[in-house]
Amino acid sequence: MRRSLTVSERLDPSRRITLLAAGLVVVLVGLLLAFISWNGIQLFTASHVPIAEVLSATWAPDAGAATSFGILPFILGTISVMAVAAIIAAPLSIGLAIFMAEVAPPWARAITRPAMEIFVGIPSVVYGWLGITILVPFLRENGSGLGFTVGFSWFAGSLVLALMILPTISSIAYDALLAIPADLRSASLALGTTRWQTILHILLPAGATALTTAVVLGMMRAAGEALAVQMVIGNRPVIPTSLTQPMTTLTSQITLDMGNTVSGEPWNEALWTMGLVLLVMSLGFVALVRVLGRRRVVGA
Amino acid sequence: MRLASLGVAAFLIVGACGSAATPSPAATTAPSAAAPSTASSAGTPPTCVSGSITTAGSTALQPLIDAAGKQYTTACSGASIQVQGGGSGTGLTQVLQGTVQIGDSDITAESKLQPADASQLIDHLVVRQGWVMVVNPSVTGVTNLTTQQASDIWTGKITNWKGVGGNDQPIVLILRPQSSGTRAVFKQVVLKGAQEASGQALTEDSNGAVTQAVTATPGATSVIGFAYYQQSKGALVGLQLDGVDATVANMANGSYKIQAFGHMYTKGQPTGLTKAFLDYMLSPAIQGTLVPSLFYAPAAQ
Repeated sequence: MRRSLTVSERLDPSRRITLLAAGLVVVLVGLLLAFISWNGIQLFTASHVPIAEVLSATWAPDAGAATSFGILPFILGTISVMAVAAIIAAPLSIGLAIFMAEVAPPWARAITRPAMEIFVGIPSVVYGWLGITILVPFLRENGSGLGFTVGFSWFAGSLVLALMILPTISSIAYDALLAIPADLRSASLALGTTRWQTILHILLPAGATALTTAVVLGMMRAAGEALAVQMVIGNRPVIPTSLTQPMTTLTSQITLDMGNTVSGEPWNEALWTMGLVLLVMSLGFVALVRVLGRRRVVGA
Repeated sequence: MRLASLGVAAFLIVGACGSAATPSPAATTAPSAAAPSTASSAGTPPTCVSGSITTAGSTALQPLIDAAGKQYTTACSGASIQVQGGGSGTGLTQVLQGTVQIGDSDITAESKLQPADASQLIDHLVVRQGWVMVVNPSVTGVTNLTTQQASDIWTGKITNWKGVGGNDQPIVLILRPQSSGTRAVFKQVVLKGAQEASGQALTEDSNGAVTQAVTATPGATSVIGFAYYQQSKGALVGLQLDGVDATVANMANGSYKIQAFGHMYTKGQPTGLTKAFLDYMLSPAIQGTLVPSLFYAPAAQ
């Protein structure tokens, strides 16, 4: 039961200002959701494009009579580039977090943590530029035996993304490992286990939900990243079939087309629909993180 | 009470900014003594009108408008001209909505907007701009493509350079986004409306990314603006179209076909600084000097 506020508390400017700020954020988020949703459904309600067509694989927005707004290649592209990025980044970044939290002497931790944080500050265009000048030619010249033809590929996109989400995952994972009570470590070591056994059998299971949360947050970042991916992925509107081939994602198609479409035309509405799909995906991730977080509280 | 007065103050400031940003007709009307700027010679300062305008749109036109805007505002200290990119579609939409005073486009408003909307816009043809087909230097034996050959490559009928007399090497086609003005021009002039083989091609945004991708990828080909080609000669090779070199002179005399007018659209008849700046764009100071130096051709020739 909350006590009622005294008069002086009610007039306290800090309370009003923070209340105003909090209210403003909630209103802004609500307006944003409403705005994107409203624009995202125009393709169906105003232009009467059938849902079956939008979920098809044929993207041909300027084909005259044969116009088709199939966004399936972009949805699958986003999911696949994100999934492979997570598969590459998760073991590396959790390994890095374990090193920093459990293994590293203080001086090594003092170097690793800032080094990792530098990754966060590098703008995504720089990642893309490195990708297009180093990674893509490297894959083309050395990967022809594996099937890389032009270098622009699903794999290049995932690798660049993995590098970008590595600090996100490892810093959250690091904090999660630090939050594990020291009693668990002491008890395990007292039973005569090695450090490796303690990490593998005690710390990783104890931090499992938090570590999963870290990976999911990293995947969220990967799904929303546009520029770096766009520069190395080749942007070919086809359903991805091979790690070595070019493909495209929702974000990259939106950024490619948004400057040159006119609001009100079905093409522009299709871009909004893609934005809505991205929004729904990230809402799904937020929900997942909250579910995972709740389970951790119950388990602790 | 203090918060309320803060709010009122903030409201007043925002209101004041809002009205200041909109030039009133009285403030921007040219002095009656002003001579028509078309009569001025190269180097003569433009007819100065004070005020503030924004242009947005085509990135192909942006370097020229940016440079012209800087020249104008250097000569006329009371004028402020903001030049933004965003693409032809953005330019047309924003000028129609009144967000900007001038919308820059590589393509006509009629080809992009609904007829009722397009009829509200007035077209000012300021310049002619050209695009060149470029290939990676690894492609040998090809210096010229006929329109038919180029069309066959872009539509995916020819997928190896030996099909057009070159070395045995797969063609890596790099397209512009389906919505770009460059792609619209190329599709109209070379492909005669045929669909590109987008399922086999790569797509790169912006002249810079396309240039980088063609330079780095053996067998690659794409289309870039003249100005970008001039900057990257050597790293990539420009092709003739139907035996005609991609030069400003050939574009100006009409023999080089991959070209289009650069349009600057206004909503209704331009007034004040908008009119003065558009006049300046067509004056000899811009058309005779700045336009050729940035590898465009004058609008009227």
